Amino acid sequence: MIEKVLKGPISFYAWLAVLGGVISLGAMVYLLQLFLGLRITDLSRDVSWGFYIAQFTYLVGVAASAVMLVLPAYFHHYKQFKKMIILGEFMAIAAVVMCMLFIVVDMGQPQRVLNVILHPTPNSIMFWDMTVLTGYLLLNVVIGWVTLEAERHQVDPPKWIKFFIYLSVFWAFSIHTVTAFLYAGIPGRHYWLTAIMAARFLASAFCSGPAILLLLAFLLKRITGFEPGKDAVRTLSKIIAYAMGINVFFYALEVFTAFYSQIPGHMHPMVALFSGHDGHSLWVNAWMWTAAVLALVSLLLMALPSTRDNEQLLPFTLAILVLATWIDKGLGMLIGGFTPNTFEQITVYSPSIAELTIGLGIYAIGALILSLLWKIALDVKREAGTF
Amino acid sequence: MYNAKYIAPGILIFLALFTLPFWYNFGAPKYERPALALPVTKTDCIEPRDVMAATHMQLLDTWRDMALRQGKRVYVSSGDKEWTISLQNTCMTCHVNKAEFCDKCHNSNSVSPYCWDCHVEPRGNK
Amino acid sequence: MKNSRRRFLKIAGLSFLGLAGSRMLPSSSAEAATAPAEERPVYRNGERAFNARHWGMVINTRAFDNAEIFAAVISACHKYHNVPDIASKQEVKWIWKAGYHETFTDQLDNYPAKSVVERHYPLLCNHCVNPACVRVCPTQATFRRSDGIVAMDYHRCIGCRYCMAGCPFGARSFNFRDPRPFVADVNSAFPTRMRGVVEKCTFCSELLAVGEMPLCVKASNGTIAFGDLSDPNSKVRKLLAENFTLRRKPTLGTEPSVYYII
Repeated sequence: MIEKVLKGPISFYAWLAVLGGVISLGAMVYLLQLFLGLRITDLSRDVSWGFYIAQFTYLVGVAASAVMLVLPAYFHHYKQFKKMIILGEFMAIAAVVMCMLFIVVDMGQPQRVLNVILHPTPNSIMFWDMTVLTGYLLLNVVIGWVTLEAERHQVDPPKWIKFFIYLSVFWAFSIHTVTAFLYAGIPGRHYWLTAIMAARFLASAFCSGPAILLLLAFLLKRITGFEPGKDAVRTLSKIIAYAMGINVFFYALEVFTAFYSQIPGHMHPMVALFSGHDGHSLWVNAWMWTAAVLALVSLLLMALPSTRDNEQLLPFTLAILVLATWIDKGLGMLIGGFTPNTFEQITVYSPSIAELTIGLGIYAIGALILSLLWKIALDVKREAGTF
Repeated sequence: MYNAKYIAPGILIFLALFTLPFWYNFGAPKYERPALALPVTKTDCIEPRDVMAATHMQLLDTWRDMALRQGKRVYVSSGDKEWTISLQNTCMTCHVNKAEFCDKCHNSNSVSPYCWDCHVEPRGNK
Repeated sequence: MKNSRRRFLKIAGLSFLGLAGSRMLPSSSAEAATAPAEERPVYRNGERAFNARHWGMVINTRAFDNAEIFAAVISACHKYHNVPDIASKQEVKWIWKAGYHETFTDQLDNYPAKSVVERHYPLLCNHCVNPACVRVCPTQATFRRSDGIVAMDYHRCIGCRYCMAGCPFGARSFNFRDPRPFVADVNSAFPTRMRGVVEKCTFCSELLAVGEMPLCVKASNGTIAFGDLSDPNSKVRKLLAENFTLRRKPTLGTEPSVYYII
């Protein structure tokens, strides 16, 4: 099936070339980071994780969200999703690869990364995160490829693949749970020390991931004419609406616990994120308020059937939903964990140009993988008449 | 053969690349053991000289784990002699010339251990 | 042909078994006579090494409060251990000076004693009994030794900085850059670190191994006591029995081994 990427319109290759350019730019800055060290980031002794780890966390959610198509299709035999499912699985592959890359670029000694396997340490959540992410990547590669191959030959997928599909449903929950455990088990980081972290992560993933998938599917429809199916879009929108509702609800629970209990340690990070510290506002405050407003607006627009099923409005709603969840998880999560720092002081962190460029390069790698895989999937569907 | 005009050049390019190291070194001078600057004051190393030449990397690896991870900082050699486990404070007090001892052999064998990123070279080099 | 191949395999198999077997049998008497009593090589502790079951530190902050003693203690540690002097938020430090509220973040008393709140306190790795940094490290690059010291293996560290997120005391520093150019006068008895690894105080385990007290203890004019917390007759235990002490963030359950006499 790989040969499908060799034949395509010139615009497809122009797009790949653009991605290649962005990737090379990111790669060059990464080489600089490799030689100079992480000094070219804005990370510090007090804020030791930042943009890279935050993107990793967000993308684990995107990867896990494929389950929102797989679960209804295979557990509830919801046929309308069958057409789109491969897009979700391939997006999960791209997302997991980006996750791994974000981990690698965050490391001070990336050439020693195999020490994690050479000296396996089950008490470290990082070890389990590596295990579940690798497993999830393999699962999606195998499932995606085998089911697409069957579609191509217009036969039913082999029976044995069912086992792996069911496994992947549970596995998807596990990858984001384990990623939440990275944070939620650490003493002394008040913003992270919350039992609801994994649940919040999953809720945020199951609204933002499908939202990204739908946005990309709309784009695909424009470019190639691939029709995901009206029913599928409506059902997925409903799923997004519920997940976003739960996501906002969970955040409200955090706010309640912190501010009703009035325990200073629980309140400090949220105060810092939304209004700064000791009368000084932080750059992240405006972002957090934006996220809060966008989250509520998108939730409202997703909750009301008239606006949810409005095809003109839906892309806009999904876009602000993605932005809101990205700010919450891709900025606020990490900054809130380290602000205030362990000395109850404020150390400001804002991602450097170098970090953003390297990050952009990784997103371009993800887009490249996604473009190639989706090209294969769509061409196969065209041939098989399931387009 | 199908597509011979694509496959044949492909095979040729593959063979050329695969055998490149042989062509690259063709007619190059024969490998010679580098002459190392051995300590002048001492003649006995931690273990016999040929053992050290062949297995000093494994020894240093074990030394590191023993000293750092198990806190055992004394090594009793096969010759029943006691040594303090320390690259900087034991090895390099005799082998004071890193450039003429470590580097020379490592370079000619194309290995670049990163010991010296952290461990301090003996003053003898300067 | 067939027969000879079978014979060959038989003989080869038997001789392999024989060889393996002879390895397992006790060596012959002639060999035993000449062999040393103990097998060589042997790895062991130095004879002069200080040993303990749980190293701990008690700092008398009443006496430890002037610029000179801070300077003496910090430079003794940082000079010997080749700690780079980087003046930015990407700094590296093993032992440093901090105010009361930074040190004891849980002591939110409204009207603290003036002498206590104006005092400065030396901060360093707490060498916790239940260290979060060790729990989270994915490669065992940081680990707790049997004498209670939380040590670092810089050779193994992958620089993921999970330990820095895990440590509630901000005791760890990451080498954001090559530290060598920032070490003014390199001490050739101790290594530096390389770019991309995490470092911290070691309780001078390398000096304890040769029977010397930690450098901060030696430079402290007797205001820092160091000893075995598991020994009720040790100096540190006597000080703890006689004085009111605080530990940093004790409610987190990491069990710091550094005590501050208030």
